[in-house]
Amino acid sequence: MPKQANTAILQISRNTSGARIVLDTVTKTYPGQPTPAVEAFSMTAEPGELIMFVGPSGCGKTTTMKMINRIIEPTSGSITIDGRDILSLDPNELRRHIGYVIQQIGLFPHMTIAENIAVVPKLLGWSKEKTKERIDELLTTVELNPAEFANRYPKQLSGGQQQRVGVARALAADPPVMLMDEPFGATDPITREKLQAEFLRLQESMGKTIIFVTHDFDEAVRLGDRIAVLSDRSQIEQFDTPANILAAPANEYVASFIGRGAAIKRLVLIPITEAKLGSVSASPGGPITVSLNDSLRDALDALVLTGLPALTVLDRNQKPIGSITVDAISAVLGADIPTLAAPPLGHIDPTTAGA
Amino acid sequence: MSEFDFSGLLTFWARRWDDILNLVLEHVTVVAVSLVIAMVIGVGVGMLVWNRPIPRSVVIASAGVALTIPSLAMLAVLIPPFGLGWTPTVIALVLYSLLPIVRNTVVGLREVPPAIMESAKGMGMSPTTVLFQIQLPMAWPIILTGVRVAAQLTIGIAAIAAYVAGPGLGQFIFQGLSSLGSKNALNYALTGTLGVVILALVIDAVFVSITRSTTSRGLRA
Repeated sequence: MPKQANTAILQISRNTSGARIVLDTVTKTYPGQPTPAVEAFSMTAEPGELIMFVGPSGCGKTTTMKMINRIIEPTSGSITIDGRDILSLDPNELRRHIGYVIQQIGLFPHMTIAENIAVVPKLLGWSKEKTKERIDELLTTVELNPAEFANRYPKQLSGGQQQRVGVARALAADPPVMLMDEPFGATDPITREKLQAEFLRLQESMGKTIIFVTHDFDEAVRLGDRIAVLSDRSQIEQFDTPANILAAPANEYVASFIGRGAAIKRLVLIPITEAKLGSVSASPGGPITVSLNDSLRDALDALVLTGLPALTVLDRNQKPIGSITVDAISAVLGADIPTLAAPPLGHIDPTTAGA
Repeated sequence: MSEFDFSGLLTFWARRWDDILNLVLEHVTVVAVSLVIAMVIGVGVGMLVWNRPIPRSVVIASAGVALTIPSLAMLAVLIPPFGLGWTPTVIALVLYSLLPIVRNTVVGLREVPPAIMESAKGMGMSPTTVLFQIQLPMAWPIILTGVRVAAQLTIGIAAIAAYVAGPGLGQFIFQGLSSLGSKNALNYALTGTLGVVILALVIDAVFVSITRSTTSRGLRA
């Protein structure tokens, strides 16, 4: 390997808190297939950004992601991380500095949890003490007690615990970039929601640049800083923040992907503080209240459940500070986007068509 | 042929105890030596061909053909180039052991789930590292099963190797067969046969414990 390439990898790896990824007219054509799987894909991911690739099965979103760590080699185009052309680097070296999590997790069954996490540090030649310290730190980060779990084998863990180990293993060498391919897709809804919340909290402190592939639009809304809605051949239909995509879908395709209930989905993203709260006395009171930390969707949920015209809003010290009504919630949506384009009804919802 | 005389058998055992132990030892040694050689060759070849379809088929087919050759014919063929004794015996036993070992090695290496192969690659392991650190340990119980089958096979075939003056309990069996009618003929044949059966059971038990102690706890059912 040329010396220059070595330095490039070192420079990429030194930057542990997010790198800029640039894909420029990246195309992948499989031999013997008339149409490319990915055609002229261009995108820039800013340092620390969590970018969601959303699209139906077979649209090329996973192929696009896998070209970034060269599990799949692009046919043409260029990919750079922090300005370094990754196609000129040694692929094995490169992958040691890109965290990789897949849906099936792929923990090594013959290794303990600690050994699984130690794989990349070992490849990078870390000392035993440094690796051990890192394992304990990571297991604590993903809320698994090191004393209890380090020496267990993957089969002794639940699906959710295994996926946490998968994330910990990908983070082992503190890579600036993470690629995640439907990491929570195989878990049950309750576990998934918990993992998503933990993952968001984790990302807040780490600030990695993350490419996250999913076919679940709601997951994309919940997690993403920006969402790329992809159609066939990995064509970008819209690339924007979740709020903007929900408020103004670029075209019919994006609208159909959001599915019905765009307004409700947007409410998840908006904290109660955005709404104009009424006086405390406007609420009839009662046992059900909402907290300042909740989203507008939580508030609406509680309103619908109780059937009350208004609910009391409590601050962090459980002190009533105001009341919220359905009108106040609608006002937030209305004020935010006067040109709300309602998605046409009656079409097939691609989020539910195939996994 | 005389009536079976059990006390005669016991007397025979008491008198020939040293001989019997010696032959058992020879039998175990020739099987062990052949298995070790066959394992080195078989696992090595398996690792070379597991992901190459044409060489893989050729290797498994030719090892299969070797297994179909009757053992007497195989031993007879080996006499002209290698003479009598240990050499043709070991060669024959290695040839018979190769099929189960190669086939199980190939199956074991190929059975590693694609997701595990992909995550290993995605973490920056080279194909050789993946082979030695992921595939081989995961395939290990399957490979050992192949060796265990080969052990059973060769314990039986080694008995026939006495035909080329090979070592082991076969000597007693052949001696018994060639002196039918004499006083100790049945005792010889019976002792040789019983010895082979007991040896097979003991070695199988040994393999069970080897498999247990050398397989990762994470892989055990």
